[in-house]
Amino acid sequence: MTHSAIELPVTADDRRIARLAALAIGLTLAEAAIPSPIPGVKPGLANIVVLLVLLQHGWRAAVWVSGLRVLAGSLLLGSLFAPGFWLSAAGALASLAVLALARHLPARAFGPVSLSVLAAWGHIGGQLALAGAWLLPGAALIKLLPVFAAAALVFGAVNGVIVARLLAVPEADRRTPP
Amino acid sequence: MLLRAGDIGVLLAGGGIVVALAVFAWGGGRGDTVVIRAAGQVVETAALTHPQRFAVDGPLGTTRIEIEPGRARVAADPSPRQLCVKQGWLTQSGQAALCLPNQVSLEIRGHASAYDTLGY
Repeated sequence: MTHSAIELPVTADDRRIARLAALAIGLTLAEAAIPSPIPGVKPGLANIVVLLVLLQHGWRAAVWVSGLRVLAGSLLLGSLFAPGFWLSAAGALASLAVLALARHLPARAFGPVSLSVLAAWGHIGGQLALAGAWLLPGAALIKLLPVFAAAALVFGAVNGVIVARLLAVPEADRRTPP
Repeated sequence: MLLRAGDIGVLLAGGGIVVALAVFAWGGGRGDTVVIRAAGQVVETAALTHPQRFAVDGPLGTTRIEIEPGRARVAADPSPRQLCVKQGWLTQSGQAALCLPNQVSLEIRGHASAYDTLGY
């Protein structure tokens, strides 16, 4: 009898990223059930997890969680490689790029709320850029820009306050038993 | 501390950007001239720069038109249903008030016309 099973070494980092990504995917699914008056205006609850990961475990972990969230979230929603998936991926990419720059802002002055608002704008900016270039070329999107920007500002600020509240909880209380 | 100094700056700047976007995206198209027609013929073209009044005669009587900086309206009209008077002040390029029974119309024009032509 031969051992044909291939064992991949799993580090503690991998487990943590998987756990956090699962949390983000759960929030994505929960959010998909919330009716929205305008397609594209969503609270972006999964960004809370991404931002927490960024602030606690660094940008690389945030990229992993965000990427897994987009991929597995669209798999579970049945929209893998549909236009919505690409919009989501473009938004996540732009948001991560913005965060890569914004996380170097001095932390004394700029807290999670700033990062969250900037990331939300990155998200909507990436989505609208792809939508404008690929799905809806023309001037129609310009008319929607203020709506999306205002929604990103409000939801980004709310998510940022949630992240700040979560970070303010002492480490010992936050840790959930595995 | 939930909000730091820079956060408030980001939120205020964000609000400013949203307002600027709204003005940029939705505020355009203000008219700058008004075209008055009677029985299909242009009788007057005036700039919306200073207050003016015009009286235009039609089959039912006299339609009085009032112009103020940036806006224009039909102030009085002999039409039975007063639709063009009830439209009130017109400001945006492409808006029009039609007093059909008296065959008088008022149309706002701007730099960029919203439509090539409109048929009534």
